[in-house]
Order: sequence, then C-alpha cells, then structure tokens
Amino acid sequence: MSKTKLFSKGKNNRVRLKIIVFTILVLMLLLTAIFANHLCPFDPYEQDLTIAYNSPSASHIMGTDAYGRDMFSRVLVGGKTSILSTLALVLVITIWGTIVGVICGYNGGVIDSCVMRISDLCLAFPGLVFALAVAALLGGGVGNAVIALAIISWPKYSRVARSQTLSTKETCYVQASIVAGARPGRIIVRHILPNIFGPILVTAMLDIGTMMMELAGLSFLGLGAQPPIAEWGSMMSNGRSMLQTYPWVVLSPGFAIFVSVVVFNLLGDAVRDCFDPKAA
Amino acid sequence: MKYTIKRLLGLIPILLAITFLSFGMMRLAGSDVVEQKMFNTGQVVSEAQLQAAKAELGLDRPFIIQYGSWLNNLLHGDMGVSYVSGKNVFDSFVEKLPATLYLTVASIFLTVIISIPLGIISAVYKNKIWDYLIRFLSFIGNSLPNFFVSLVLMYILSIKLKLFPIISKEVSLQSVAMPAITLAIAMSAKYLRQVRATVLDELGKDYILGAKARGVKFSITLWKSVMRACLVTIITLLALSIGSLLGGTAIVEAIFMWDGVGKLAVDAINMRDYPIIQAYVMWMAIIYVTVNLVTDLSYRLLDPRIRLEDAAHE
Repeated sequence: MSKTKLFSKGKNNRVRLKIIVFTILVLMLLLTAIFANHLCPFDPYEQDLTIAYNSPSASHIMGTDAYGRDMFSRVLVGGKTSILSTLALVLVITIWGTIVGVICGYNGGVIDSCVMRISDLCLAFPGLVFALAVAALLGGGVGNAVIALAIISWPKYSRVARSQTLSTKETCYVQASIVAGARPGRIIVRHILPNIFGPILVTAMLDIGTMMMELAGLSFLGLGAQPPIAEWGSMMSNGRSMLQTYPWVVLSPGFAIFVSVVVFNLLGDAVRDCFDPKAA
Repeated sequence: MKYTIKRLLGLIPILLAITFLSFGMMRLAGSDVVEQKMFNTGQVVSEAQLQAAKAELGLDRPFIIQYGSWLNNLLHGDMGVSYVSGKNVFDSFVEKLPATLYLTVASIFLTVIISIPLGIISAVYKNKIWDYLIRFLSFIGNSLPNFFVSLVLMYILSIKLKLFPIISKEVSLQSVAMPAITLAIAMSAKYLRQVRATVLDELGKDYILGAKARGVKFSITLWKSVMRACLVTIITLLALSIGSLLGGTAIVEAIFMWDGVGKLAVDAINMRDYPIIQAYVMWMAIIYVTVNLVTDLSYRLLDPRIRLEDAAHE
C-alpha cells in the first residue's frame, strides 16, 4: 500500500484519529527530549550533597539522587540520551536493512545467498546474548551499545525488504518497466521503494519500543551510557541498591522508559492498523 | 527421515559459523589481554616478554590454526580457563546451567498458564470487555522493560509485602518466583496476542460453523478441534520464547542474583573475562539453534499435513 493511501478519505476515521493523536504525543516526547536541557529546572549534573536523597517535594518533584542531583532534570536529560539514541539506532538499521534487502531481492544470486546466510547467522544468536557479547567487545558507551544492537537487528529489516522486493518485482508494472528498458536504479527508486515502504515503516515503528528497552537494558548492565551521563537504564542501575530506602531514584527513570515505550508502541500499533487493517 | 538428516547436516555449517564467530570476536578483543595481564603486575614489560607470553598462550600463531586448535579443544570439552577465577570455563558453565534451565522452565510454565487461557478468552470474547481488558494488559506488559518489572516486583513483593526474599540465596520454588514472574510477564504479553490471533483464525473456519450447525457444544469444538489445530503455533511460540529467554535471563538473573549462566556472563562482561563470555555466547547460540531444529522436527509429528507435503516433494 502506498503512502498516498495513508490519509485517503476512505480510511477508517478511528485509525486516522489514532494516528494523529499518537503522532502528537510522540512529537511532544521528541520535543521534550530535544529541548531537555532548556526544560529542566535544575542542572542535571550539579552535585549538592546537602540535599542528597531528598524525597519528592514541590521543588524536586521526583526527589534527588545520591549526589543531590534533581531527579526530574536527570530524567528529562536522560530521555534525550535514551530517545535520540534509540531513534538513531532504528533509523540506521532501517536504512541499512532496506538497502541490503532490496539489493538482495532485486539481484538474487550469490550476493543474496551470502547475505541471507549472514542474516541466518545473526538470527541464530538469541538477540540480547549477541548484543551483550558485542557490547562487551566494544566496551561501554552509548555509541557502542547502538552499534552492538545494530549489528544484530538489521537482518529483520533486510528480510522484510527482500521478501517485499521479490513480490513487487513480479508485478506487471515492474515487468513493464524492465521491458521498457528502465535501469535497475530507476526501477528500485521509482517502483520498488515506494511500494515496500509500508511494511518497512510498520516494522520500524513497532521496533522503536523494543529497541529502547534493549538499549536501556544494555545500559542497565553497564554496557551503554557511562556515568555521569544521564541515561534511563544506567540511572536505574546506579540507584538499584537504594530501592528499599529511596525508591524514587530507581523507579522514576523506569517509569519514564515505560511511558515513552507506551507512546511509541501506541503509534506503532496505529500505523500498523493503518497499513494492514486485517491485523487490527 | 530424509528431512531430518537434511536438517541435521544443515546444522553443521551454522555451528561452525557460530564457533568461528565467537572465537573471532573474542580474539579481536583478546589481543590486548596479554598486555593487560602483564601491565597489571605493575612491572615494566619488554616487547620480548610480551612476545614470550603470547607464544606461551599460542597467540602468535596464524588465526586459522589458533581456531583449529581451539575447536579441537572445544570438542574435548576444554574451553580454557577463566581469566579471573582461573577455573575451567566449561566446568563453571555446566555448574551454573541447571539454575538457568530451572528459571527458563519455570517462566515458560508460567507463560503457558497465563498466555494460553487469556489468549483463548480474548479470542472467544472478541471485542467484548474481556478482550479489551486482556489486550490492554498485553499492551502494558509489552511496554515494560524487564529490569523495571524486576525492580517494581522487588519493591512491592519483597520490600512492601515481604512475600519473597529479595536475593535468592538458593535455588528454590520461592526464590524462582520473582524472576520467573518477571520473565513471564513480558513473554505472556507477547504470546497471548499470537494465541489470540491463531484461535481467531481457526474460529473463522467453516468447520466451526459446521460443528455449530450439527449442534456440537461450543466448548467441545473449542477444546477438541480448535486447540488441536492451534498446537503447532503454540509449540512454535514456546520454542521461540526459549531464544528470547536465554538472552533475557541475563539481566533478570543479574538483578535477582540468580546464580545461573546469565549472571555468570554479566559478571564476566564486567570483568572482561573473555573465555567465559565466549562460552556463554556460543552455548546460548548452540542451544538456541538446537531448540529451533527440534521445534521444526516436532511440527512434523504434530501436523500430518506437513509430512504429506514433504512426501509429495520427494
């Protein structure tokens, strides 16, 4: 299904409304993440041991952590790290996976077999196990965690892109275009990409939440963001031992992850319903 | 039979690739291990000493030969020794495996008893209040990272209600509860949707209408026909969940101090103990691939149609 159908009049109004509402929510989340530095009421990195472990109050609505840093500011700034790196990750694997998948599907042959065996291999490893190993290999850092997850996650996209390309290639208009002498590059850009856009978009949208959780999971294990950088997973991990006495230090970043994943999943589900009404 | 043999032969290149990849990855990282080990002693190390140490560990030989000898050792159950504890990797791995398997089995059991009934209820009462409620819960469960669930469970069940011990000192039914619930929440949320979809699909088929027309009680149709037809999907789901479980247990095991391979791996990663990480990645992949194979083969036992299709092809 093509992009133009996304907002055609015949579409179910409820699905359209859902998409609009959830897009607004996602945009709000994104704007909060982008402008986190300007929105936070306190400096997220400024330590003040006199107010360490303050309970949530009017000035510090999520309390303060072990170094007296305002949790609300840290959660806001942590969101910038978590959300933006997740989006970068999903963008990279979507583009890379699509390019690889389209080339494999369109050309077939030796390249196709080789790439598909590599993706078999990537899929042969249980996802997070492999990511753990790669992240361990590369060492800490948000960038490295993103790379580790990218290395294991692209095959999913190339599979979708490949199978869609294979079926699109068989359609009459592509065959006609080949007969008319169009170059492969033109066919891919003009005919194939617009037609495989839907399923790939759906895969990517539904993946954002999962990726955010996995990225935060790596950080939680100390393989992602390194202190003092505010990031939700590592903030939860650092506060872990304080669960009994100062639960807000641990639970507020966790709640932030939950809310963002919910928002992205809502939009993902709505986009899926829009492209594939049968699944709804 | 022919199919089984074909699949078993197909396993060989994948296993080789898995071992090669785990070896290669760790060798990439491990090149500086010798240096690190020497520098840690605090003495000035000459280039010659470094080379000698590398030669002693066989690190100066060509990569492929190193891989060959490593693979040979591996086949004899020798995976080297841990850099940290100095213990045999294979032994410490095997020692921790039962705890992880116990956790895996417990969480799969929980997943089955949560997701299958809920999925069926959700499908049977499609678009009724129960369906919406169950789907809402599944959506929430899908959006919760397991480390967050662990900590919330810990806070509520251990700290506030004092039902379970925070840290599992031993492998017991009580200590497995919280990690298993954590893992089961995420998996049930995912799988009940698929159980629902499968059951819905099956309920839409003509034979259901036929049975209804003949006056067969709906509960009998549901349990005798629909459930049987859904078995293949459910088995697949369970098998696939083993894969995500094997990875997912690492974080949960680390949080709950569950003494399994996941925690072993996390500890090893924190200490850059490469032989252990290597063993972990490789064994998880091998278990995963094997489970997938067994699943594929079990379809053929469960669904005669697949067998017949293959027979027609041969």
